[in-house]
Amino acid sequence: MEILWFCLVALMLAVYVVLDGFDLGAGIVHFLVGRSDDERRAVLRAVGPVWDGNEVWLLAAAGTLYCAFPGLYASSFSGLYLLLMMVLWLLILRGLSIEFRNHAHSALGRQLWDVVFAWASGLLAVFLGAALGNVMRGVPLDASGFFFLPLWTNFQPGAAAGILDWYTVLVGVAALAALAQHGALWVALKSEAPLEERARSVAAVAWYFAAGMTLVVAGATLRLQPLLGANLRAHPWGYLFPALALAALGALRGFLAQGDHIRAFLSSCAYLAGMLASAAFGLFPYVLPSNGDPHYGLTIWNTATTSHGLRVALAWWIPGMLLVLVYFVFVYRHFRGKVRADAETY
Amino acid sequence: MDPVVALHRLHFGFTITFHYLFAQLSMGLALLIFILKTAARRTGNEHYNDAARFWIRVFAISFAFGVVTGIPMEFQFGANWARFSKAAGGVIGQTLAMEGVYSFFLESAFLGLLLFGERRLGPKGHWFTSLLMLIGTWLSGFFILATNAWMQHPVGHQLLPSGEAVLVSFWGLLLNPWLLWMYCHNMLGALVTGSFVMAGLGAFYLLGGRCLEHARTFLRTGVIVGCLASVLMLFPTGHGQNLMIASHQPATLAAMEGLFQTTRGAPLALAGQPDHANKRLENPVLIPRMLSFLAYGDWNAEVKGLDAFPPDERPDLIPLLFYSYHAMILLGMTFIAVMLAAAWQLRRGRLYESRFILWALMLASPLPFIANTAGWITAEVGRQPWLVYGLMRTSQGASMNVSSGSTLFTLIGFAALYALLAILSVLLFRREIDRGPAPLLKS
Repeated sequence: MEILWFCLVALMLAVYVVLDGFDLGAGIVHFLVGRSDDERRAVLRAVGPVWDGNEVWLLAAAGTLYCAFPGLYASSFSGLYLLLMMVLWLLILRGLSIEFRNHAHSALGRQLWDVVFAWASGLLAVFLGAALGNVMRGVPLDASGFFFLPLWTNFQPGAAAGILDWYTVLVGVAALAALAQHGALWVALKSEAPLEERARSVAAVAWYFAAGMTLVVAGATLRLQPLLGANLRAHPWGYLFPALALAALGALRGFLAQGDHIRAFLSSCAYLAGMLASAAFGLFPYVLPSNGDPHYGLTIWNTATTSHGLRVALAWWIPGMLLVLVYFVFVYRHFRGKVRADAETY
Repeated sequence: MDPVVALHRLHFGFTITFHYLFAQLSMGLALLIFILKTAARRTGNEHYNDAARFWIRVFAISFAFGVVTGIPMEFQFGANWARFSKAAGGVIGQTLAMEGVYSFFLESAFLGLLLFGERRLGPKGHWFTSLLMLIGTWLSGFFILATNAWMQHPVGHQLLPSGEAVLVSFWGLLLNPWLLWMYCHNMLGALVTGSFVMAGLGAFYLLGGRCLEHARTFLRTGVIVGCLASVLMLFPTGHGQNLMIASHQPATLAAMEGLFQTTRGAPLALAGQPDHANKRLENPVLIPRMLSFLAYGDWNAEVKGLDAFPPDERPDLIPLLFYSYHAMILLGMTFIAVMLAAAWQLRRGRLYESRFILWALMLASPLPFIANTAGWITAEVGRQPWLVYGLMRTSQGASMNVSSGSTLFTLIGFAALYALLAILSVLLFRREIDRGPAPLLKS
């Protein structure tokens, strides 16, 4: 039961990364793709109707995580307090910038909100990546199951590491590159020339960064976190996940060259999902390892709620998510087709 | 009080108070919009659709700010109240996660359709979407209140030797007896906010000589709903909730009412100043024996005063509790008076001409926000020193791994950011009010 919930929570987080990833990514490449005011408005129009729906996945995933693994929720959110609060502020600022970009009367006002949107998106990608880096590296847990990390210390991923060290920053930059590529592909998918062409070339450049960072991060993680190698050796079928990520990254290049933006975007989704699945597989059964005494590490077994609680949650989670599926089918059926600039509004 | 705990309390209290300003408006308007859409369908009068469309735009702004300020709430459980989250997550994790799965997805999927889909969906589909939005927002309120009701009156759980509470009865949790009155009282409170805003804006338009036709609809709808909601707020829901407090949280009742000594035939204090040091209520205005009657249905019943409880089982901020509770009652009475007078004039067909009532409605429209906030302060401060009544003290629940300096830093950060949000929300609301209701554009 704990394993099932581990998979369900990981699945919800992966859906969040894939969905919110493209609107964060659109923010990262906002100024690279959108050279003029009109073009930047087009970028925002590509994410405008969906970004808040995408963020709901973060809330739902966090809620589900809380329900299934309260020990993990309590420990990680208080221990990474400073990072979490900055992420919350950036999410708020970014939401505001999207809302107010459309209401600004002056060109200067629109530029101001454009800058906020781009910076908040970029920093969020780096911080969320760094958060994942902290989970991969491990945190200084003690017998109480709690910890608290300063923002940075000596930038070494050792026992005295802070939230930001060279490794977690590296993961953050890798997330920035991967989401930039993801977002550029979404914009290419949703826009017309010349925006489409420019988004495509941004994605093509971002691909080199994403591919390079993938290899660097994979190497660094294997060296830093022995759990990963041990899991792969014990269960060689786990190579499927990194193989999926690499295959998707390769396929992405091919589809991009052919100008097939839909398949390229789907490959990017598969790449992100493959990377996250590799991370989840590599740490299992740990959900937050300790970078000191390994006994203090949090696993799915010592953080999960009771099996009765997990069974009850499954009984409402499955019908609930089926309903979610119904909503989305219904809504997309009604909003099918291209949304015009002057589409129906009040 | 330990400064770490005090700052975590202030942090959560500040962010949730700000959040709930928007949430109560959204929940109240969701029902009023549904009423307007139903009126449009019943009468076939396009005028009601124009009115609904205006309020849907206002709702969307309120909803967006509610979402933006709501995201931090979910994370603060873990960040600021880590020990509580760990110990109680086995129970309240269920309701908080259900809110995500059952209402957030519903709301986010259909908000776009409600805003932009009227023409595509047709009248019946759009009416149905407004019903779904009503269900989504009111379900959201239900799950949050189920969480809070468990903290006020924990049921359906089992306490493990480790001090962790785990779920044993899912239906016990969702059908908590505390929840019934609390949910009705709270949702009526949201409705009072929504209807005062609607009626107040109608009065504003009418007094300013603008959008006259719509102003009358806003007034009529706001006054009828607001009158019902204000009265039901007091009886039976407010009274019902007080009975729950009297039987399950006697120390809270004593502190709310400023009753320091255990008394037979206890009086009801309408006003006064609790003097904590000398353990008495200064300058009280009393109705003899009324508290005994209200709490126990017997004019001579004994009501336990604060002296009946050891100091570490009494609420810690008695003046805050006393003033908040009495401010809520006073405002609630004001709402009943204003709404009854308005309803009487409406019945006589003279509401739209009586400038005095219109001014009163307009000036009173921000007050329900204060009353709802005061009500929540009463509930939350009244529960002290417990975080989960009788199970876990507030001082045992805070994140002790997060220092007071870090908490103060992020509290100041939130204060600054929310000041910006407040200004921007006022600008957006004003824009919609200036624009006013308008017919659907033809493409």
